[in-house]
This record gives sequence, C-alpha cells and structure tokens, in this order.
Amino acid sequence: MSDIQLPNSGKSPADEPDAGRTPVRFRNPGLPAHRHRQADVDPRAAKRAERQVLAMLGLSAVGSIFFIVAYFAFPLDGTFATLQVSNISLGLGLGAGIFFIGTAAVHLAKTLMPDTEMFDERHPQRGTEAERTDAAAIMVQGGQESGLGRRPFILGGLVGAAALAPLPAVVLLRDLGPAPGGALAHTLWDEGVRLALDPSAEPILASDVTIGSVFHVIPENLYESDHFLDEKAKAAVLLMRVDPDVVDVREDRAGWDVDGIYAYSKICTHVGCPVALYEQQTHHLLCPCHQSTFDLTQHCKVIFGPAKRALPQLPISVDDEGYLVAQSDFLEPPGPSYWERG
Amino acid sequence: MSTTGTNAYTPTSRTARLSAGAADYLDERIGAARLVKGFARKVFPDHWSFMLGEVALYSFVILLISGTFLTLFYVPSMTLVEYEGSYAPMYGVTMSEAYASSLNLSFDIRGGLLMRQVHHWSALIFVAAIVVHMLRVFFTGAFRKPREFNWVLGVILAVLALAEGFTGYSLPDDLLSGNGLRIIEGVILAIPVVGTYIVFFLFGGEFPGESIIPRLYILHVFVLPGLILAVIALHLALVVAHKHTQYPGPGRTNDNVVGFPLLPVYAAKAGGFFFIVFGVIILISGLVSINAIWNYGPYDPSPISAGTQPDWYIGFVDGLLRLMPGQPEFTIAGFTLSLNVFLPSLVVPGLMVVALLAYPFLEQWVTGDKREHHLLDRPRNAPVRTGIGVMAIVSYCVMWAAAGNDLMAIAFGLSINDLTWLLRFAFFVLPPVAFVVTKRICLSLQRKDRELALHGHETGRVVRTADGEYFEVHEPLSETERWVLVQHEAYRPLAIPPKKHEDGRKVPAHERLRANLSNFFFEDRVEPVTPRELEAARHHGDHEAIEQPEGREAERRELGSSV
Ligand code: HEM
Ligand code: FES
Repeated sequence: MSDIQLPNSGKSPADEPDAGRTPVRFRNPGLPAHRHRQADVDPRAAKRAERQVLAMLGLSAVGSIFFIVAYFAFPLDGTFATLQVSNISLGLGLGAGIFFIGTAAVHLAKTLMPDTEMFDERHPQRGTEAERTDAAAIMVQGGQESGLGRRPFILGGLVGAAALAPLPAVVLLRDLGPAPGGALAHTLWDEGVRLALDPSAEPILASDVTIGSVFHVIPENLYESDHFLDEKAKAAVLLMRVDPDVVDVREDRAGWDVDGIYAYSKICTHVGCPVALYEQQTHHLLCPCHQSTFDLTQHCKVIFGPAKRALPQLPISVDDEGYLVAQSDFLEPPGPSYWERG
Repeated sequence: MSTTGTNAYTPTSRTARLSAGAADYLDERIGAARLVKGFARKVFPDHWSFMLGEVALYSFVILLISGTFLTLFYVPSMTLVEYEGSYAPMYGVTMSEAYASSLNLSFDIRGGLLMRQVHHWSALIFVAAIVVHMLRVFFTGAFRKPREFNWVLGVILAVLALAEGFTGYSLPDDLLSGNGLRIIEGVILAIPVVGTYIVFFLFGGEFPGESIIPRLYILHVFVLPGLILAVIALHLALVVAHKHTQYPGPGRTNDNVVGFPLLPVYAAKAGGFFFIVFGVIILISGLVSINAIWNYGPYDPSPISAGTQPDWYIGFVDGLLRLMPGQPEFTIAGFTLSLNVFLPSLVVPGLMVVALLAYPFLEQWVTGDKREHHLLDRPRNAPVRTGIGVMAIVSYCVMWAAAGNDLMAIAFGLSINDLTWLLRFAFFVLPPVAFVVTKRICLSLQRKDRELALHGHETGRVVRTADGEYFEVHEPLSETERWVLVQHEAYRPLAIPPKKHEDGRKVPAHERLRANLSNFFFEDRVEPVTPRELEAARHHGDHEAIEQPEGREAERRELGSSV
C-alpha cells in the first residue's frame, strides 16, 4: 500500500535541525517551566489547605451519623409524607458522608501533594525482531511437538468433535418453551362468549351502551383460564357505539355490529400496545406507544403511524337476556404481525 | 521498603518496622516489590475528558453495590399474590410477587427507595457516561492504532450496558416495564422465519407467561454483569498496556506520557473522584424521584397511560419505530414480512453497531497510516472525522426526539402527524447538513490557527509609521503557545487512479474506492504552518514585533525526545 499521503511521516531526516537551514517542521519546545502553587511556597496556605481537608472529612462524618439517626428516627408507615422525609434525609446523610470523602481526597491531592509532572517513556507494542523471531520459533516448535501436523486425522477428528460438542447445549435449550403452533391465532372469544367489563368481568347489556360511549372489554370467562394474563394479552377488546351512518358500509361485515355497537381488538397491530385512546369527535383510535391511528368509520383501518393492518373486528350479537356476546373468535389473529400469520 | 530477607534499610520507628514487616511478608509470597515498582509510579495524564471513562466505571461499581442490596429483598417471581404491604391504595390488588416486592422495597424497607433510586440513577448515568466517553475517544482519534481492539471492546460494553439496563427496567413488573416487554415481544415477532419461536422460547410460551421475569433476573444480576466485568477488565488491561493517550502540548510527544504518578496523586484524585460520583448520585437519588412504580399499578396487557417514556438510552429505537411508516409490511407466499417493525427496531440499530465497530479499521484503510498514535487529535484537525461524528450525533438526536413526538406535539401545539412528517424529513436532511457545517467550521478554525501561528495575537495597539501608514501591532506567539497550533500533520489525498492501467489491465475497484474515500476525507484541508512559512511571514510583515521571548525560553526544561 502506498503511503504518499503522509507528507512528514515520522522522523524524516529533514526534521533534524540542520545548522543554518530552516527545518521542515517545528520542534517540540519541551515542557514549560513548573509554576509553584501557593501552598508550595507559603506555609500558611498549606496550613489552610490542611484545615479545609479536615473540615470536609468532618462534614463526611456528620453526614454518616445523620444517616444513622434518620434511619431510626423516621419509620415508614406507607404514606408519601413519611417516605419523602425518610428518603430525603437518608439521601442527604449518606450522600454527604460519601461525597465529602471524595472532595477531601481530591483537595488534598490538588493542594498538598506534589504537582510536578513526570514522564514515562512509551515503547512500541511491536516486539523487537529478536523477540518476534523467538516467538515464531516457539510457536512452530509447539506445533511440531504436538504432532498434529503429522497426524492429520487427529486434527480433523479434534475439529469435528469440538464442533459437535456445543450442539447438545443448544438442544438442551429446546424446552425453554413450547412450539408456537397456532396459539397466537386463537383467543378466548367464541360463539356465545359474553362481552364483559374490564377488569370486573361483569357482562354488558346492549341497552347500556349509549351512542358515544366506550367500554374496555374482556371475555366473561377470562378469569376461569389458568393463564388469564396471556389470554387477556390477545383478547382485550374496545367497544364503542356510534351512529351507524358514520361508518362506511362493508357488505362482508354486515351484521357484525349491534346497532352501531362495534367491537375491535384493543391490541395494536404494530407491536402490541393497548390502543387505549378513543377520540369521540373524530372516531379515531390512537395507540399511545407510537401513535398509530385507526379510523373507526373505516373499520379501524390505519390512517397514520407505523402500523400497517387494521384492528381486527370481533363480530358480536345479543343473547336472549340482552347481553352482548361474540359470534365467533376473531377471524384473523389479533395483535402484532408474525411470520406464520399469513 | 525491604525486598528480601536481607535488609537494605533499617527501619527506625515502630510503625515503620511493622509496615516493613508486612511488605516483606507480601513480597516473599506474591512478589509485591516487583508489582509496586512496576505500577505504583505509572504516569497518568490529566484532563477532564479522561474522567468520562472513570464515571462509567464508577457508576458500574455503584450499580453492583446498590443492585446487591436490592437482591436481598426483590423476589423474581411472576406468581400472583394479593398485595398486603403498607401502601394503602394497592391493598388487596392482585399482582406478581416481583411487583409486590418492589413496592415493599419502596414502602416497607427503610432506605429501600433510596437504593432503588441510586440504582436507577446510576444506570442512567452509566450509559450516559459510556456514550460521552465514546464520543471523546472518537473525536480525538484515540481509537487509532494500537487501540483499535479497545475501541471494539468499548462498543461491546456499550451494547451490554443497554441490554443490562433493559433487563433491569423490566424487573419491577409494573405497568411501564410490562409495556416495554410487550413492545420487545412485538419486535421479536417481526424477525423473519424464527421470530415466533424466539418469543415462545424466551417467554416460555405466550406473552407474558410466567417465566420472563426470573429469566431476565438471572441475566440482569449474573450473566450480563459478569460479562461486563470481564470486558471492563480487558478494557482496562489494554489501557495499562498501551499507556494513556495524551493531548498534544509542549513536552508531550508520541514517545512519552506526561502526567502524575499513580501513587499518590492519581490514586488520590481518582479514588476521591469515585466518592464524589457516588456521593452525587446518592444526593440526586435523595432529592429527585425516578420510576415511581406505585403510580401505574401491576402489569396488565389492557390499560396504558399516555405519554410514557422508556429510559433515555432506549429512546432512539422507540423513536425509529415511531418514524417508520407502516407500508413496508408484506405477505409473501403465505408468510408475513413485517419490515415496518424489523427494519427500525433491529436492522438499523444493528447497522449502527456495525458502523461503530468498523470505523477505526475503515479510517486506517483510507489513510494507510500504520504508525502508532499516542498523541490525540484536536477535533478541528480531522474535519471529515469530526463531521461524521457530529452527523451521527444529529441522527441520534433526531431519533431520540422522535421518541418524544407526542410530548413535543403537545408542548408546541403541533399536530402529531405534521410533527412526525417533519421529523422524518429531518432524519434525512439534518445529518448531511450537520456534516457539511461541521467540516466547514473545522476548516475555518484551522485557518484561524494558521493565522494566529503566523501573525501572532492582535494587541489592539495601533502605530503610525514614519511615512504615515497605520497598522496594528501583532505580538508573536511564544514557542510553547505556537506548538499546539503547528504540531499536527495533514494527510494528503491519494491520486485517483484511472479505470485502466496503461497496459490495459483494470485497476481493482477497491483501489479506486480507497482513492475516492481518501479524497473525500482529505481533499479539503488546511496544512499546519511550517517554520519556512513563519519566516516568510516575518519578512513580509516587518512592522510586527518579532523579538523572541527570551525569558521563558531560558526557563524551559529540556526533554529527551521530541516528535
Ligand atoms: C450495568 C449494570 C446495571 C444496570 C444498567 C442496571 C439497571 C437497572 C434498572 C434500570 C433497574 C430498574 C430499577 C427500578 O427503578 O426499580 C434495575 C433493577 C434491578 N437491578 Fe439492576 N442494573 C445493573 C446491575 C445490577 C446488578 C449488578 C445487580 C445485582 C447484583 C442488579 C440488581 C437489580 C435488581 C434486584 C433490580 C430490581 C429492583 C426493583 O425492582 O426494585 N442490577 N436495574
Ligand atoms: S404499538 Fe401501537 S403504534 Fe406501536
């Protein structure tokens, strides 16, 4: 590789001062003269610095003692008032106890320890030629003594066995979790499952859902499941009632709502936050995590933000007693996209 | 100190005899004398920017100390319990043991809240110090040979620190940390082919399951701190082996290191500084509350509070997720490829790490400079590198700002859609602008340095010559003042080779690429003043006061080697 880019690389002969001729580069003028500090020349200043260091150590001791006193003086009773008092006084005490040891040490170093700069020489990382030759010879000798070069089958066997040995460790991790199967595509919703209030699980009467209102909804049987948080993470639903006229007509979804009561998955199709904000005037649903915006009047299609897919709609109807029920599960997997989703 | 059984020096006082005895004991067992001789007077250069790495190191130690206290009370379990602690608003609420124990740490363990806040504040400061330290190393060229590996170790440490911070953030299992995990689940699901499997293996089944907290816990308190500790040890061992870099200055050369000895000055300053950092973090933790986990309640996949933010160091990924439009999600042959999530959350951060890892090697390839560098660059003397660095900072800031787009929209009364579009635009436009502006600024600072080296300080004294001309008297710089301005080298760009050699053979593409990059880096440059130029300037400007400052010259101490 060429090194034409280094105009004055290293110490070229041109750098050496040459009587009478101007050198090509400036020479390093060397360390400037040492300046004495006050405490170096004035014994009173040194005494003052000593007293300051002592005062800081005193403050540190006061802080530590204050911490211990405060620890016992301020018991906690579950209220913020006592918690605040305790936290602030413990923090001040412990903080001061530690902080002033630090300032004392630094002040001591700066005022009373010698401040003459010293220098060490550097040595290149690269070994000397002799060292490098010796090292190479040692490696070669080691290689020869191992005999692997002469016995290629052993070398091959070693590489093969060593490559195989970690595999059991990988296999061992197989039982970290079950295979996904179709789990992400199914929720607790099913024909006849009642829509219920989150978190009380009380079923919802269709007649209680007035225009403009919003309900956070779970399946009525949620708490019967063993892992109800897992189920809730897929099945959470947002229920809204609007004037049916504002919603675009979609033939394939005729009969999925009950007089303008719409149920949509509450799990964002972006990366799964709850789409918890509903703007009544615009009929927009907003995900607070990354602001994906879904338009209820267009069947919760994405109108802004990083999500791509509309929120899945849950087809609902009313049972004999007037409660809202699901007609079936979601017809597509709710929540974030994943490879096998299709 | 006495080194072997035979006493070279006879201690007089009682304490001196005792310590001589102890030293003798240690030396005969662990070779203490050789260690002390080799290390105790090692010289460390002093500069405020060298303390950034120390802050990172010290906050890590503080994390180990405070974290160990937390483990005494924290219960890494997702088993649901009924809260029976003393915080009344949560009484009787069903929650995980992890969250309940975090509440107990805050409300029932005296000093527990303080330790939680110390832990969280030092985590924030830890990552911040790493980032600023990294910027210092970048802008001063401290990553150049022989320190390339140490740069790589530093990047690994930064990534481990982010992972450690994230795993910790999830442990309290409150609403915020659970939502963070939910986003991680969504991000992993977007990995093509294997994403769903990774989620099921990581969470032990479906999200949230009952395994994730104990699994993150062992990563957080054992695996990751162990790795971090090991990499820190390597990192520091290399610092000792290379000796610290130093800023250019009179007496400082590429072959020496000028500063204070480990014992006593550096030890006192650095040790004292540890206590200062620790003390300040405790004081902040006493006064400024952070992560008030009791406000949000236990994790539940359904509720969320608007305007919640992740810890600052995760913000850039969050911002990227917000900036990315949703279109690039495709269904191909029955499989879903969710690039709208995969690109911003994993691909871009991955590329950022690769770029960081590669930079020292790239720059070295372009300059072809294989020499060791122990003198730091002044950032202005490497205009393109400095420009690239500022460009990276600006892109990072745009991503980071995007993570607060909802808060900013409210603060500035903008619609969030307009603001997001503005930021998308800024993401592509601002970084190149920052690059050009920074490079220009560096070049003009260098020109100013030249001006100063050639003509000296303006004195403000105006003098009238015999023939009636007016001019301002300039006072030349002393040799020591001038040295900093003229000590560096300016690389020159490679000539761009033709597409074909004269004999018709093709010039390899990588050679042409290298030449082009070399021109990109060094075409615009300002060369340092040479002694000849200075002489010429003095001849022309004979109305300047050009006497040598004799007095200072005489005081100067001679140094062995010079550049
Ligand atoms: C680089 C190192 C570390 C970082 C960046 C880090 C970060 C964090 C963060 C951000 C939290 C959440 C704190 C909260 O607000 O409650 C946390 C929690 C926790 N960390 Fe760490 N940590 C680190 C090292 C450690 C170590 C070494 C231990 C133990 C030996 C530890 C033990 C814990 C425990 C037990 C919790 C849960 C506390 C709670 O929920 O109240 N951490 N960590
Ligand atoms: S999770 Fe809803 S926008 Fe990202």
